[in-house]
Amino acid sequence: MADTDDGTTPQLDGPIAELLLKTGRYFTPGEVSADLRTVHRRGGREGDVFYRDRWSHDKVVRSTHGVNCTGSCSWKVYVKDGIITWETQETDYPSVGPDRPEYEPRGCPRGAAFSWYTYSPTRVRYPYARGVLVEMYREAKARLGDPVEAWADIQADPERRRRYQRARGKGGLVRVNWDEAVEMIAAAHVHTIKAHGPDRVAGFSPIPAMSMVSHAAGARFIELIGGAMTSFYDWYADLPVASPQVFGDQTDVPESGDWWDASYLLMWGSNVPVTRTPDAHWMAEARYRGTKVVTVSPDYADNTKFADEWLPAQPGTDGALAMAMGHVILREFFVERHVPAFTDYVRTFTDLPFLVTLTERTDGYVPGKFVTAADLESYDGMEPGEGDEWKTVVLDEDTGDAVVPNGSLGFRHTGSGVGHWNLDLGGLRPRLSFHGDPASEGVTLLLPRFDDPEGPGVLRRGVPARKVSGRLVTTVFDLMLAQYGVGRDGLPGDWPTGYDDASQPYTPAWQEEITSVKAETVARIAHEFARNAEESGGRSMVIMGAGICQWFHGDATYRAILAMLMLTGCMGRNGGGWAHYVGQEKCRPFTGWATLAMGLDWSRPPRQMIGTAYWYTHTDQWRYDGYQADALASPLAEGHFSGMHTADVVAQSARMGWMPSYPQFDRNPMELVDEAEAAGADPKEYVAQQLRDGRLRYACEDPDAPENWPRVLTVWRANLLGSSSKGNEYFLRHLLGTDANLRAEETPEDRRPRDVVWREEAPEGKLDLVLSMDFRMTSTTLLSDVVLPAATWYEKHDLSSTDMHPYVHAFNPAIDPPWETRTDFDAFNAIARAFSRLSAKHLGVRKDLVATALQHDTPGEVAQPGGSVRDWRRDDVDPVPGKTMWGLAVVERDYAAISDKMASLGPLVDTLGLTTKAVTVKPDQEVADLAAQCGVMNTPGSPVDGRPALDTDVKMASAILALSGTTNGRLAVEGFRELERRVGRPLHHLAEGSEEKRISFADTQARPVPVITSAEWSGSETGGRRYAPFTVNVEEGKPWHTLTGRMHFFLDHDWMSDLGECLPVFRPPVDMTALFGESAVGEGDGTQITVRYLTPHSKWSIHSEYQDNLLMLSLSRGGPTLWMSPADAGRIGVRDNDWVEAVNRNGVVTCRATVSHRMPTGTAYMYHAQERTVDVPLTESTGTRGGIHNSLTRLLVKPTHLIGGYAQLSFGFNYLGPTGNQRDEVTVVRRRSQEVTY
Amino acid sequence: MKVMAQVAMVMNLDKCIGCHTCSVTCKQAWTNRPGTEYVWFNNVETRPGQGYPRTYEDQERWRGGWERTKRGRLRLKGGGRVRRLLSIFSNPKLPSLQDYYEPWTYDYDNLINAPLGDQMPVAQPRSLISGDPMKVEWSANWDDNLAGGPQLAVDDPVLKKVSDQVKLEFEQTFMFYLPRICEHCLNPSCVASCPSGAMYKRSEDGIVLVDQDACRGWRMCVTGCPYKKVYFNHRTGKAEKCTLCYPRIEVGLPTVCSETCVGRLRYLGLILYDADKVLEAAAVEDEKDLYQAQLDVLLDPNDEEVVEAARREGIAEDWISAAQRSPIHRLIKEYRVALPLHPEYRTMPMVWYIPPLSPVVDQVRDTGHDAEEAGNLFGAIDALRIPIEYLAELFTAGDTAPVDAVLRKLAAMRSYMRDVNLGRETRPEIPAGVGMTEESMHAMYRLLA
Repeated sequence: MADTDDGTTPQLDGPIAELLLKTGRYFTPGEVSADLRTVHRRGGREGDVFYRDRWSHDKVVRSTHGVNCTGSCSWKVYVKDGIITWETQETDYPSVGPDRPEYEPRGCPRGAAFSWYTYSPTRVRYPYARGVLVEMYREAKARLGDPVEAWADIQADPERRRRYQRARGKGGLVRVNWDEAVEMIAAAHVHTIKAHGPDRVAGFSPIPAMSMVSHAAGARFIELIGGAMTSFYDWYADLPVASPQVFGDQTDVPESGDWWDASYLLMWGSNVPVTRTPDAHWMAEARYRGTKVVTVSPDYADNTKFADEWLPAQPGTDGALAMAMGHVILREFFVERHVPAFTDYVRTFTDLPFLVTLTERTDGYVPGKFVTAADLESYDGMEPGEGDEWKTVVLDEDTGDAVVPNGSLGFRHTGSGVGHWNLDLGGLRPRLSFHGDPASEGVTLLLPRFDDPEGPGVLRRGVPARKVSGRLVTTVFDLMLAQYGVGRDGLPGDWPTGYDDASQPYTPAWQEEITSVKAETVARIAHEFARNAEESGGRSMVIMGAGICQWFHGDATYRAILAMLMLTGCMGRNGGGWAHYVGQEKCRPFTGWATLAMGLDWSRPPRQMIGTAYWYTHTDQWRYDGYQADALASPLAEGHFSGMHTADVVAQSARMGWMPSYPQFDRNPMELVDEAEAAGADPKEYVAQQLRDGRLRYACEDPDAPENWPRVLTVWRANLLGSSSKGNEYFLRHLLGTDANLRAEETPEDRRPRDVVWREEAPEGKLDLVLSMDFRMTSTTLLSDVVLPAATWYEKHDLSSTDMHPYVHAFNPAIDPPWETRTDFDAFNAIARAFSRLSAKHLGVRKDLVATALQHDTPGEVAQPGGSVRDWRRDDVDPVPGKTMWGLAVVERDYAAISDKMASLGPLVDTLGLTTKAVTVKPDQEVADLAAQCGVMNTPGSPVDGRPALDTDVKMASAILALSGTTNGRLAVEGFRELERRVGRPLHHLAEGSEEKRISFADTQARPVPVITSAEWSGSETGGRRYAPFTVNVEEGKPWHTLTGRMHFFLDHDWMSDLGECLPVFRPPVDMTALFGESAVGEGDGTQITVRYLTPHSKWSIHSEYQDNLLMLSLSRGGPTLWMSPADAGRIGVRDNDWVEAVNRNGVVTCRATVSHRMPTGTAYMYHAQERTVDVPLTESTGTRGGIHNSLTRLLVKPTHLIGGYAQLSFGFNYLGPTGNQRDEVTVVRRRSQEVTY
Repeated sequence: MKVMAQVAMVMNLDKCIGCHTCSVTCKQAWTNRPGTEYVWFNNVETRPGQGYPRTYEDQERWRGGWERTKRGRLRLKGGGRVRRLLSIFSNPKLPSLQDYYEPWTYDYDNLINAPLGDQMPVAQPRSLISGDPMKVEWSANWDDNLAGGPQLAVDDPVLKKVSDQVKLEFEQTFMFYLPRICEHCLNPSCVASCPSGAMYKRSEDGIVLVDQDACRGWRMCVTGCPYKKVYFNHRTGKAEKCTLCYPRIEVGLPTVCSETCVGRLRYLGLILYDADKVLEAAAVEDEKDLYQAQLDVLLDPNDEEVVEAARREGIAEDWISAAQRSPIHRLIKEYRVALPLHPEYRTMPMVWYIPPLSPVVDQVRDTGHDAEEAGNLFGAIDALRIPIEYLAELFTAGDTAPVDAVLRKLAAMRSYMRDVNLGRETRPEIPAGVGMTEESMHAMYRLLA
């Protein structure tokens, strides 16, 4: 081997060097190797001590990171000399079973950088308040002697009020002490409730799963005083509205360990390594098991790195891709070939066999409504009866008779339905299609299409139809084939000639022109996908994410993808189905959390608001809509949106009881009760009468009137104004009343609202008090009037869970909250004490009229049959609370007792029980246990006397665990027993054997603990299997919470029909040029260019958190950047790292450019939640501070998201509501002066 | 035969997601202190890309590692030791701070304490070196995910070595991540460069360290290390480097980077090698023989002769048994799927890499075939020269054959396992086609997945 020129052993350098080294080795402390290459040493290494010292530490504490990160990773926090030093991941997750990878070490670089915040210079160490406000308050209080009167005095003076509002966000925060801060906060709340009503108080704090106690502590205060918690899942546009539409479920998804079970994985708009960092390893590992991995994304995203194939679809065109795949699946697996596994599945678990009436139009038919038992003369030999309007109908394959199978909504809330709400078809074989049925005839079907940029059109296709009880009907399956353009012999209409027919939706060739993905590729992938499902028993999975969900028409895209999964029998299977990972809604101990957070133990119902409509209304974004609500309607629409502005649609939805709206009415709800009682009337009837008479108005019908403004907003565990606020500049101007870079024009007169009052002058500065709690400085804290210093995640007790893994585990304080920081729990209790003290004088005991929307999973969802619009103000119906309008309830509030109630578990838990998804359990034993464990309140004469104490965060955590089925086996079994009475099939075996299992807080402190299978969720962990959603439905025959009890392809609501979305359909991105006059993508003049503006999630932050963290900044580019393609950058002379400015009507952003060939031309990315706090100079355009990523976006409310009162299309908090989508936006980008000032 | 034990690492690049958790946990544990702000014992590079410090692989410029003289002797590339001693006060081969990056912070305090003004307060960047405001223009990971691609990646020294054809293909985009720590080389050029004898390789586990008491701050080690994994603490004036977390290794814990790797791609283990063979192996004439030479230095821990020799050297029984059960020995020597990083530096690096299959596979889309089919994948591996040549420049001194062989094994494993996954008959010809048995393929799968 050795090959030296002199043939001897190899040597180093030359002879002189060797001599030198040989001499040297005797003076070297180590042992020099014989060949003189290197030095070895053993023992006595004083030089090593440095690193041993560095490593030494005193203790390791288990904790995690809260809010808005789906990871729920358990971490080891190292402490030395009372100082947090660093963190590494825990590695003690219970095993997921043999021959599979394990969950550990869950974590990511952001979490690993968290401890930087503890002692960072951006740490909020003390309470702060806006200097000008503090001066005013002190002066007024000194003058008037009472905090509430002092606050009222400031609010009554427009000059002083505007002065401190205008100072918001401009520095000038001063240190105050806790007592004074809390007193001001309490005074503002008391004054608001007294003067305007409790529904003028709002709280915002998202994602309870990630720190349930911290969330619940504040929400409990807001709800107990009668304030409204605004939703977050829909507001974040993380809610896939398709989920309630199709499944009747908020969202339920497989844990990431179930990816391993898949044999075909499609990542669609979900950049797993970045957004699900701790879980991404399953993806790489599943590939080694032979799983094929395909990704769909417009850019060469991180996840394409381990994909077998990349389908680079143009942004926002994913629906076209999915429709074309559906076309291939339907043609190859349902028409050309018959796959029993697929047809049996769709017959049993989907609405495909259900009958739909056809409505005649001049030149054909359009799909109408589901046929229900009420439409039949008789069925199954029974006379029509209870719940018939909610019982959907199929045709028996064998007899050809119309049959009403079990499981539809008509069996869910009726006495006669007990034991029949199930998917048991007995011997019934529902007919999928009428094709070939001698009793049928082919009729022309008209369907809307939206693929033409020039405007929507009408497709002429055909379905086989026949008469049932005098109505012309067809099946959903036949409608689907017509919609997808899958022709069959003998049907009228225009059909594609083949996959290569680009002229007809929805062929592979048709989609190629839209998505630019090759037709052959789409046909092949769709075939592989379905073939894999067939071969593997439904183990094709689609991981889908924000890249497709957060578009205006994200729900339509999702439905097209879900259709692929339902057709191929993948839903409800381990290793198959949808895996929507956007936001993490899964608070596994749901019932316990909800009970405490919503204060359901003391008073019901709570006020819960749809976030998007709240901000759309109160930030006056509605005043800048450039279009009317019917601009996006189907050409076949019946005109439900004609002449309406979107604000009118919001108001109509509220009027009809579909969606909540707070403030409720133009009057204080406590005064309404007083008035009613003074008039000797029932308050509910009184309110209905007042509405009928027009003497009482909905607040949302005149949102700019001062009496209808929200007044107090508390934000904790969140950065509303630096992160999620779509239309950030509208927030700044109208809600907060400070400077903004808003450039939009107001809606021209001819497009203004029909019903909602337009005030000439738009208000600026609606909120009296903005309160935030945080451990770091954000746009929200900078814009707040009072900032309370929060404990970090390493300084408190709390609980965490996620949808990504099946465990629940603890936060623990590694150190006590330093400086003057406090946990959210302690802060809210301090506020509550001050509030109660002031309330004794100013509020006392009051009665509050609470209005709530018709709720999903309650009889409210069967209030309005037929899915039709009946507006009591316009149509011939009366306002009847709980039927044609909101439900109304009178709630007594003992304001002086609020702090005691917060700190104890109320009696409604015992008397009314705990209800989740219509399953009620009675936790009497748990209440007794909690009393014994936590102690009881000892305050004779008070309503809290003898109740279990919840006066510490640990006790609250214990109560959450004790009151939830997932963490308390006894309640899990009881819940299933309760549910099986309704279903009529055994279910309790799913939890049986877990009765003795009570997960205690101490258990979660010791190690992540697997949860128990419970009726709170749709899947099963029984026997240690991996969690996949809807396995209980598929395996146990429990219905989905929908109209038919099955998964829905078809939605028959009037508004769905008017928007052309009864069936899966492709809807392209909203045209910002047509609606708002923005220039078209690609337009430019050499100095500027118009591009699509997308805000995907970043590698260096979890929303806005960590984007200011020095470690993350050091690993990236040190501040906000805009990613551009070399072609776009080249057109405007931008080089990598140049300063650029992005401008549209909504605002301005200044940042640096990152030029990469990873980006597609025509699209720019500003990664999500880049704030204005770090390295953001003044803009060239306006001379003011550049904005955040959401300075260029605004809210666009999709009317169909406001549907309510109808089966699965009914309101639930974070279950259904308009999404705060933001991806359809465009912006102009230009190179700005490279001289920047701050 | 002189048997020595070495704690070594294998990183499976196919599984690396470029998340940088390793970098952060390492930095938090070891170098988040004054003097080492710019130091990342562990860093992760996007490839193609310049790396950290930038273009460190350009040894014509930085002169790291060893070179073989015409006479077959091994000489530090930075110059013979005599010359280096003579030039001890002027070392021009050191990367400047700008080649790493100028560390910075922000005026965070302004966010809290700004007085009432006209604008929202902001934290402006400020140099941690000079204290002056600065525009951030380079970082420890500036070209992450092909950022600045067209302008920056062309300076990647590895990309420069591959053909023009490859450069053109590069426009079609491929990337992967390369996590790096100190290589704890068997033939460390940093140790050989140190004029103070302050650097040493621990005899029991091979960890290369700087004696913080003995270091005189000459910085020859910085030049000597071709991977630029020795850093200069500008506060203490001493060299510092990755310690392979010896305070953890010594008590039976894995390194921080291994334990916290969320991609689960790091394998840590023990190997035995013949110290007497190192120099000979490092001095083979043809660079392309270095991979095999390096493999040959590693000893079979199950060979009785080796075990006896190890005992003679005082290697404890539990260490011998650890070497026998070592996952990395299997990956390196038995399955031969792990390759050394830049063997042409002749330092005998001890962090090995399984090259990524993915940038090959994702190109299969152009061929329009199912990537699970072994035949298609093999075809792709042959046809798609881009990553293979690039990978070969990283791991085998440009020889594509060993890289090709690894990728075929990984591809075969996926094909074979797909049959298992779907409950089909397995096909023994798949493992046989890459020189493996069904059993060894299954065992390799268990180890990798």
